[in-house]
Amino acid sequence: MSTQIGVTIGVELDAAGRHPAAWRLPGARPAELFTAAHWRRLAETVDAADLDLLVVPDSFRLGSSDDRDQRGRLDAVAVTANLAPLTRRTGLVPVVTTTHTEPFHTQKAVATLDFTSRGRAGWQVEVSTTPAEADLFGRKAAAAPEVLWREAAETVEVVRRLWDSWEDDAVVKDLATGRFVDRDKLHYVDFAGENFSVKGPSITPRSPQGQPLVIVPVRDEPSLAVAAAHADVARLEAHDVPTATRWAAGLEGTVLLDVEVLLRRDASEAQDVAAHLDELSPGHGPRALRHVGTPASLVELLRDLPQGVGGAVLVPLDLPATLDLVASDVVPHLGREPFTGRTLRDRFGLPRPASRYAVEATR
Amino acid sequence: MTQRASKRQVHLGAHFPGVNNTTVWRDPRAGSQVDFSSFEHLARTAERGLMDFFFLAEGLRLREQRGRIHDLDVVGRPDTLTVLNSLASVTTHLGLAGTINATFNEAAEVARQFASLDHLSGGRAAWNVVTSSDAFTGENFRRGGYLAHADRYVRAREVLDVAREFWDSWAPDALVADPATGVFARGITEVEHHGAQFDVRGPGLLPRSPQGHPVLFQAGDSDAGREFGATYADAIFTMHGTLEAGVRFTADMRARAVRNGRSGDELKILPGATFVLGDTLEEAKENAREIRFLQVGPEQAVAFLEQVWGRDLTGFDPSGPLPAFEPEVTSDIAQGRTRMTKDPRETARTWRELAAANGWTARELVVEVTGRQQFVGTPEQVAAEIDEYVQADACDGFILVPHLTPAGLDEFVEKVVPLLQERGSYRTEYAGQTLRDHLGLQHPHAVPSVRATA
Ligand SMILES: Cc1cc2nc3c(=O)[nH]c(=O)nc-3n(C[C@H](O)[C@H](O)[C@H](O)COP(=O)(O)O)c2cc1C
Repeated sequence: MSTQIGVTIGVELDAAGRHPAAWRLPGARPAELFTAAHWRRLAETVDAADLDLLVVPDSFRLGSSDDRDQRGRLDAVAVTANLAPLTRRTGLVPVVTTTHTEPFHTQKAVATLDFTSRGRAGWQVEVSTTPAEADLFGRKAAAAPEVLWREAAETVEVVRRLWDSWEDDAVVKDLATGRFVDRDKLHYVDFAGENFSVKGPSITPRSPQGQPLVIVPVRDEPSLAVAAAHADVARLEAHDVPTATRWAAGLEGTVLLDVEVLLRRDASEAQDVAAHLDELSPGHGPRALRHVGTPASLVELLRDLPQGVGGAVLVPLDLPATLDLVASDVVPHLGREPFTGRTLRDRFGLPRPASRYAVEATR
Repeated sequence: MTQRASKRQVHLGAHFPGVNNTTVWRDPRAGSQVDFSSFEHLARTAERGLMDFFFLAEGLRLREQRGRIHDLDVVGRPDTLTVLNSLASVTTHLGLAGTINATFNEAAEVARQFASLDHLSGGRAAWNVVTSSDAFTGENFRRGGYLAHADRYVRAREVLDVAREFWDSWAPDALVADPATGVFARGITEVEHHGAQFDVRGPGLLPRSPQGHPVLFQAGDSDAGREFGATYADAIFTMHGTLEAGVRFTADMRARAVRNGRSGDELKILPGATFVLGDTLEEAKENAREIRFLQVGPEQAVAFLEQVWGRDLTGFDPSGPLPAFEPEVTSDIAQGRTRMTKDPRETARTWRELAAANGWTARELVVEVTGRQQFVGTPEQVAAEIDEYVQADACDGFILVPHLTPAGLDEFVEKVVPLLQERGSYRTEYAGQTLRDHLGLQHPHAVPSVRATA
């Protein structure tokens, strides 16, 4: 195991960028946003820059109803799975929502991403709050964040159990007895919660990391509670430093600050581009701290992160321009040692845990 | 080599050897069932062999026998769509076919997942729509066990109707993405479905994918299953593997397609097939025999008998005769697999006759009766036989089920594929980019040529 030295840096990449008008900027190649080539180009930059995380957001929302805004979204697990064989280093983290998706499907998808990325999979938990999302499924009505995050917590719990439901050495291929698996090393999880029950075991054997990295976004009290109880890594979607510091105080594990970024070599050019985007599609204020400026000013920000915060997830407002500058002009100035470990857990200094069922058995 | 343009072309798919009793794990050449390198190897081999597609089966709960997890065959598999999306970036032409249940998946979600795979693979996605009503599998899901057996195709039809609406919900030219005019997308319609199984409403979340709709496979054999396949599917995965059964099944399916207002040729019939090669017929037969006895070890033989006899046969010696006592008729001793026998007493009677007539032990009997479609012979013989099936319209080709992971297809691609090509029955290069191109299927949004010229 070799932990990443220095500040942890992830990026969240959303089509042409988080700003819904970003597709109109020069260099955006908007006709290719739904192709593998688009994602491949971005991922190559991220991987070569040795960034810690590549997060792909997801939701069942179309988003804006304005013809001029970027809309539509590929399934995030699909995107990260597609990138897995093309990348070697960075962690691949799809957002998978918990409100309308079966926990059993989620756990096997992420475990499988861990196999196809050879130990670099994570999962960012997210909830679906809107009636529009509920209508796509027609199973239950939209609910308040407290309710949805309670369900998300149950989902994380059952997913983690299912990831442990095969002990590491369950496949025995024993010629003498004709047994492919040792069934005593497979475990029913027998989870019965407020929202669902799941029998188990998983259909997928234990993945390279055992437990892929679980990331929880923090934006309110309910999500903070889930991050505190269940997350390996928390992402603070705070609008100001005091809020971020307060949230960080209640968290163990790695805490990352979300920073929306738009970079240009010249600060006034960056400001102009940001203003231009807001003109093209008004009303999309920051969802987290926002930094519009130069690579140098972002380096300063990252060197001076709030108390309790170990790094950042940069969310480019536009792609690929801002990402390219992050790779070429930000990362090299952060004093990060090249990462020599293997898995995503290694990057975060997290050991590969034993299956809880194996631990119970040896007690 | 003379080019016979009119010759019916053989279509081949590659089934990843997984959770079934044909996969041999005892062979020292058998590799991992879950590492990505195994999937990559088989997919690259299939693509080198210019095959139409790579195929993954699915099972959403580990099989059980006598209330315990079945431990004798391969156990465990990865998530279908995730593997296919990863394979999309290490292949360029190969179709990527995934089995996904229409029972434990939601229409909006699964439609979007297949559209995503189609986008990311540049038009190579296929969905094998299977049904399950069983409460056993349902215990892993929120909807656990809610679906009556009779409703499995009712729900499947609704799922597909809604999925097709989602795939169509962006107009063909909805993604404008023109920075000059500032229009990103327009012409996105809302799906509105209210049916017996579910109610959904909302916009599709993706532009039309390269194939418009992923290619649809169906596997299921009841009358309802065949009707469903004849209405919705582009290709049928079947177990009707012998020449006679194939001709009958194919004729039935083509007739059903016609009754549903389609052309019979639109439906590709693809039986699963295993194969064993040798330098001579005798050698191939010997290899096949060895493989069969690896597939059906003494323990597997007893497990199989338990499924028919419906009871615990611990301690039974499979190197002697079949059990002398009668099977229980009401038992569901095996869970999570498709039922093998309908009337156990009748089955036992036929088997005793077969075993007596041939002097077989219980294990030998099981080896004989559980063998599936097999092409056994020299590469020349196997190529000739495959060609014969297709020319006789017993099928359009085969989904090859190798018995070894991951190298089980290597020999076939090296030795049989060139012979099929020599016969003029198999492509010598991919003619198109999409799976629809490979299978000779229309794009669902293709304008009929009559209208195009009018
Ligand atoms: C060739 C073939 C392959 C099948 N593969 C799968 C599979 O991978 N996963 C699955 O859940 N069911 C599979 N099935 C089961 C069918 O989807 C279906 O549940 C079963 O055949 C019962 O439907 P029926 O009554 O219409 O025959 C398969 C069936 C056939 C005939």
